[in-house]
Amino acid sequence: MIHNQTMIDQRPAPSNTLGPVAWLRANLFSGPINTLLTLVGLYILYLLLVPTIQWAFINADWVGTTRADCSREGACWVFVNARFTQFIYGLYPRSEIWRANIVFGGFFTLIAWLAIPRLPFKRWVAVFALVGFPIAAYVLLHGGYFDLPRVPTHRWGGLMLTLLLASVGMIGALPIGIVLALGRRSNMPIVKSFCVIFIEFWRGVPLITVLFMASVMLPLFLPSGISVDRLVRALIGLTLFQSAYMAEVIRGGLQAIPRGQEEAAAALGMTYWKRMGLIVLPQALKMMIPGIVNTFISLFKDTTLVMIIGLFDLLGIVQAALSDSNWLGFSLEGYVFAAFVFWIFCFSMSRYSQYLERKLNTGHKR
Amino acid sequence: MSNKKHWVLLASAGIITLTGATTANAATLEDTIERGAVQCGVSDGLPGFSAPDGDGNWQGLDVDICRAVAAAVLGDADAVNYISLNAVERFTALQSGEVDLLSRNTTWTTTRDTTLGLNFAGVTFYDGIGFMVSRDLGISGADELDGAAICIQTGTTTELNVADYFRANDMEFDPIVFDTSEQTVGGFQAGRCDVLTSDTSQLAALRIQLDDPDGAVILPDIISKEPLGPVVRQGDDTWFNIVKWSLFAMLNAEEYGITSENVDEMVNSENPDIARLLGQDGNYGEGMGLEADWAYNIISQVGNYGESFERNVGMGSPLEIERGANALWNQGGFQYAPPIR
Repeated sequence: MIHNQTMIDQRPAPSNTLGPVAWLRANLFSGPINTLLTLVGLYILYLLLVPTIQWAFINADWVGTTRADCSREGACWVFVNARFTQFIYGLYPRSEIWRANIVFGGFFTLIAWLAIPRLPFKRWVAVFALVGFPIAAYVLLHGGYFDLPRVPTHRWGGLMLTLLLASVGMIGALPIGIVLALGRRSNMPIVKSFCVIFIEFWRGVPLITVLFMASVMLPLFLPSGISVDRLVRALIGLTLFQSAYMAEVIRGGLQAIPRGQEEAAAALGMTYWKRMGLIVLPQALKMMIPGIVNTFISLFKDTTLVMIIGLFDLLGIVQAALSDSNWLGFSLEGYVFAAFVFWIFCFSMSRYSQYLERKLNTGHKR
Repeated sequence: MSNKKHWVLLASAGIITLTGATTANAATLEDTIERGAVQCGVSDGLPGFSAPDGDGNWQGLDVDICRAVAAAVLGDADAVNYISLNAVERFTALQSGEVDLLSRNTTWTTTRDTTLGLNFAGVTFYDGIGFMVSRDLGISGADELDGAAICIQTGTTTELNVADYFRANDMEFDPIVFDTSEQTVGGFQAGRCDVLTSDTSQLAALRIQLDDPDGAVILPDIISKEPLGPVVRQGDDTWFNIVKWSLFAMLNAEEYGITSENVDEMVNSENPDIARLLGQDGNYGEGMGLEADWAYNIISQVGNYGESFERNVGMGSPLEIERGANALWNQGGFQYAPPIR
C-alpha cells in the first residue's frame, strides 16, 4: 500500500458548476419541466419584446416638427418632442420659464444636498428647504412681487405641478401625520377622539371624492363672491387626505417600540415631548421608512387625480395636448411618455428608501 | 366661544387674502374692466373647440368667443384668463363666479337655461349626432343604413338617440358597443362595423385618427339637436347682452363680408349696415357700456364667424367639418344674427 504523501493540486471547479452556463443549468434548465417553462417563457418574451422594440425604437420617428414627419409605422416621438416644454411647465408663459427653471434647479439641488451624506450643514439646509425655499418658490412662480409679472395658478402645469402637489403633500402630511398618530395614542379623551374621527373620516373617503368636494361643492358653501384658488383647494384636500394615511403608518411604527423604552425615559425624568422626540420617534421613524416611502409613492401617483378638477398635471397636460387637432391620434406616445416619467420618479424614491434603510440599519432588521 | 369664532374668521380671512379673492356680483362688466381680463371657462381639451397649442395658447371655436368678448370689452383679445373645466364642474364654476363666461361646447337645453340659473347667449355650433361610413360602401345618406353594424360609445345619449332614430324610421341596426371613443375608432378601423356614430364635431376628430382618413366620409344627415353656445349667469343683463352681441357681431360681419383682413378698408364703407357695425354711424356699443369700436375690435383681432369656423374646425383645420347647418341663413344654414340698428 502506497500512500500518496503529497496533496492533489488545486484544480478549478468543474466547468459545469461555474459561470453563466452553470447558472443557466441550475436556474433555468434544471429539469424537463423547468426547461419547458423556460422555453415557453422565452417565446412569450420574444412575442412581446420584438414588436415593442420595433414600435418604440426601430420604426419610430424622432425628428421633425409636425405630424407629417411621422410615418405612423412606429412611435411618433416627434409629438413628445414638440410638446416637451409644455409637458414640463404646463401653460406657464414661455417668457417666464426661467423662473420655473430656478425653482426646478433649487428643488433638485436641495434634494441632492439632503440625500448625499457627505455634504455638510444638513440641518441648515433642511430648515431652508422646509421654510425658506417654499416661500422663495412661491414668490418666483406666482410673481406679483419685485416687478415679476403675475402668473396665475391656472397657468401652472405639467411636471412642475405634479412635483409641486407631491412635495407640498409630502411635506405637509408628515408633521400632521405625526401629530395625529401621537394624538391617537394619547390618553386625553378629547384629543384622542378628535384624532380618531379625523383619521377615520379622511381614510373612509376616496381621494377623488375629496377633490370633487373641494372643487364642486366648496365654492357653493362659501359666501357668494368669494372663491379660493382651485390649486389651493386641491392642495389642502390632498394634504389632509394623505396625513390620515401617514398617521396610521406612523402609529404602526410607534407600536413597534417596546413600552419599556418610554417608561425608562420617563424614569429619567423626561417630559412627554422629550420622551417622544428623543427616544421613541427616532427609533420608530427609522422602522417606518418603507411604509412612509410607500405612502409618498402612492401620493405621487395620486396627484394625477387633480386632472378631474381641471388642473393640468403631467398626465392632464399630455391629454390636453392630445386634443390639439394637429396632433390627434398619438395618445399611445403621450401616455408612454407620462408613464416613463412617473416610473423614473417612483423608482428613484424606492431605491433611495432602500439605501436609507441599509444606512440606518442598527439591528432592527428582522 | 367668541374667541373660537374669531379664530375661524381670521383663518378664513387669511386663506382668502392669501389666495386672492374674486368677487362675483351683478356688475360683471365693471369687475372685468377692473381685473383687466375676462374669466372664461373652457374645456380640458376638445379638438377644434378649445385646446392648448404647442406654445400653450388656447385655440378653438369656443376660445374665439372668449377672445371676442375680451376684444369687445377690453379692446384686447388676449386679455383672457382661461379656466379649464370638466363637464361636472362647469356650471358650479359659473354660478360661484369663478368664471364669468362659459364657452365649453355646452348644449342649450331647457333645464340648463331655466332651473340652473343660466342664460345661453346664442349658438356657436349646431351639433348633432351624425354617421361616418367607409367611402367604399358608396352610401350617401342615413336612410340607406338599414341593417348596418354601428360602432357606438356606451353610456352616451348617442346610443339612445341612434336607437330612437332607427326605430322611428323602421330600420334595423346592430350596435357594436365600446367603452371609449378611441376604441370605437379601433373597431371601425378593424372593420367590426360599417358605421361609426357620434356627435358630428367629434366624428371629425375621430376621422383623423384613422390610418386612412380619406377612406371615410361623414354623412350630411344629423339626427339630433345639440346646439352649443356660450353661457352666462342669470341676473346680469348687461353682461348677457355683451356676450350675445359679440357673437352676433361676428355673424353680421360674415354676412356683410367684413373679415379681419379687410376691416380697415371697410371702415370707410358707404354701406349703412357696415358703418353701424363698425361704429362709424352712431354708437351701438353704448347700450352695453362699451366703446363705439367694440365690433371693430372683435373683427380685427378675432375675425368674423366664418373665419373662426374655417380656422378652427372647418376646411382650414385638420378637422375639415363642412359648414352645413352652421352656414349663414342666406347660404342654407341656421346661423342668423339680428341686425345692428
